[in-house]
Amino acid sequence: MFERIKRLAVKEFIETFRLRRRVFFIFVAPLIQLFMFGYVATLDVNNVSTALLDFDRSQESREFVRRLEGSGYFTIVARPDSSQEIAPLVDKGKVLVAVEIDRQFSKNVRKGLPGQIQVIVDGTDSNTALIAMNYVNMIAARYAEDLGTPIRVGAPFVDFRTRVWYNPDLRSRNYFLPGVIALIIMLTCLMLTSMAVVRERETGTMEQLMVTPIRPLELMIGKTLTPALVGFLDMFMVTAAGVLWFGVPIKGAFFFLFVSTAVYLLSVLGIGLFLSSVSKTQQQAMMASFFFFQPAILLSGFATPIESMPLVFQYITYLSPLRYFLVIVRGIFLKGVGFEVLWPQVLALLVLGIAIFLLSALRFKKRLE
Amino acid sequence: MSLLPIKAIARKEWIQIRRDTLSLAMAFVMPAILLVIYAYAITFDVNNIRTVVYDCDKSSTSRELIAKFKESTYFDIVAYVDSYAAIDRYLDSGHAKVALTIPPDFTKKLLTLKTASVLVILDGSESNTATIAEGYISGIAQGFSSEQGIVSIKPLIDVRNRVWYNPELRSRNFLIPGLIAIIMSVIISLLISLAVAREWERGTMEQLISTPVRPIEVVIGKLVPYFVIGFADTLMSIAIATLMLRVPLSGSIPFLLLVSAIFLFGGLSFGILISIGTRNQLMASQMAMLTSFLPSFMLSGFVFTISNMPVVLQGFTYLFPARYFVSVLKGVFLKAIGPGVLGLEVLFLSIYGAMVFTAAVRKLKKRIE
Repeated sequence: MFERIKRLAVKEFIETFRLRRRVFFIFVAPLIQLFMFGYVATLDVNNVSTALLDFDRSQESREFVRRLEGSGYFTIVARPDSSQEIAPLVDKGKVLVAVEIDRQFSKNVRKGLPGQIQVIVDGTDSNTALIAMNYVNMIAARYAEDLGTPIRVGAPFVDFRTRVWYNPDLRSRNYFLPGVIALIIMLTCLMLTSMAVVRERETGTMEQLMVTPIRPLELMIGKTLTPALVGFLDMFMVTAAGVLWFGVPIKGAFFFLFVSTAVYLLSVLGIGLFLSSVSKTQQQAMMASFFFFQPAILLSGFATPIESMPLVFQYITYLSPLRYFLVIVRGIFLKGVGFEVLWPQVLALLVLGIAIFLLSALRFKKRLE
Repeated sequence: MSLLPIKAIARKEWIQIRRDTLSLAMAFVMPAILLVIYAYAITFDVNNIRTVVYDCDKSSTSRELIAKFKESTYFDIVAYVDSYAAIDRYLDSGHAKVALTIPPDFTKKLLTLKTASVLVILDGSESNTATIAEGYISGIAQGFSSEQGIVSIKPLIDVRNRVWYNPELRSRNFLIPGLIAIIMSVIISLLISLAVAREWERGTMEQLISTPVRPIEVVIGKLVPYFVIGFADTLMSIAIATLMLRVPLSGSIPFLLLVSAIFLFGGLSFGILISIGTRNQLMASQMAMLTSFLPSFMLSGFVFTISNMPVVLQGFTYLFPARYFVSVLKGVFLKAIGPGVLGLEVLFLSIYGAMVFTAAVRKLKKRIE
């Protein structure tokens, strides 16, 4: 039995690495993706292009503007003279935020009355808009405090101190890059597995394989060994690039990452085999992988929090192996936790993996017979 | 160039497309599924953040503060703990993302008119959620402070926020218009990348060449059926977005359709260009995926704000048509702007389409000779 698996695995290995374009697909494509995510995928809000209308032109208003610019969140790119000029700037997307300081601002503040600041935000990009709005409000609140609020004398005051754990600078990159490992393993291994099987079917060599004494289970193992190996290689590569190039911290044990990748691969390869049993051509296998992959990523918590999804979708996420693996990789990279904390995820992944693999094996066997 | 051979090739291609029912079904089912998932499940809005409370004070005032968190839909209190070690456990395992700790002297300080501090710990590994949660917390803090005051506190600066185009800051309105561009570029380039490669692979290209058809007629003939599918896809996506998902379409529909057609033409020509160049279906579709999906997803401003990217990558974004189409879609859907403001984008899309089409015809000519 081992001899037969070995033979098939060696053949698969040679076939996979023989073509230069496939090697490109296995090694270069993941790197491109990694770099894209490292440099592009940021939801951080910095240097928001801002239009400023300072109708007051007083010491106080200038101080506010100085704080706005000094925060690093806003870059003033336009100083229109009238409110009418704001609309075209926002329409064209030249500015995302317009800050208008009221003519009476300093007069009111000196009298102890609230001075008015109008903030207009382009809501098209709802995420940036919300965060930018919060920043303006925070800057204004802090400035108001520093200006001294005479009304507050004698009133108690609650001071909220926030402390951020695990990722103190709140860098998007630290959030995204560990997730990219899960993403790339899934994308690469799904396609490799499903196409490895369909290729035989398409070229007619499946019949030849079937007349040999190889059994379906052996065939499945032989077919999935190479993709599994590629999965591990991709994991090493992405981890190395993430840690060494992008400076993402890895606080937990690498060994645990290795083990959980193995458990994760079980589900991924199982899904790959399943997709291969529903597609007739390599083309279809590829499309099917892609179209499985898309919702799987979206419903995994890769980019957006699961808690914000409607309940129905939250339940669906429990079926996604990605969901568990993402918690594991983020736990290992950012929180430095190990099996003692993450065992529920590992267990879920294991159960899911075995179930998927068995189901696919059954279907796969049926197709062969 | 004459109409008859174009018609003949288009009809032949149409029959071939119809036979591959799986791919054809995916071309229509996938956009619908993606739109629905993005609309309902993918949201950057932050709600129900799992929060643990460590209340050392256990007074009516501290309970009032906790009630403030409960009342806001942003926080969902999952547990009350009585040690810092328990907070550790909750945050490490991801069962909670925010921990609110109220010190034992909380009420006493407030009663003696001193500043009482409250510590909020945030799980920063999900950086975007943490940033938004921070904003909400500062809002709650301000509200609570002023309510506890003997005299109500009016901050000296009164910031009035106004959000344009998407006043409720719905993620859906931000994502769905751009998503139409992504769906179109992926599906179209995947489908069409096979169109010519298939002929090379099966050797039917030689047959086609031996007939008196001219390269330009081949390219147009191949384009037409896919254009019909792509346009149907677009219409369907727009209908789902506006009628079912209630994304406002405030601009001109004819203008939107016109630009969609220009974008489709460019995307299809690009697919054919790849297809002519690679001679292999599989490679063609992989190339199509890599050159259409990744850039249109990452570099178009669909989710990730272009102005936040490193300058080099910002330059890159100008090379991909998706960037222009995404701004047109977002502009027409949300900002109700038309050719006046978006003229440059339309011009670029047209130039791109014309260039790629010419390149495809030229390449085919060369290949044939």
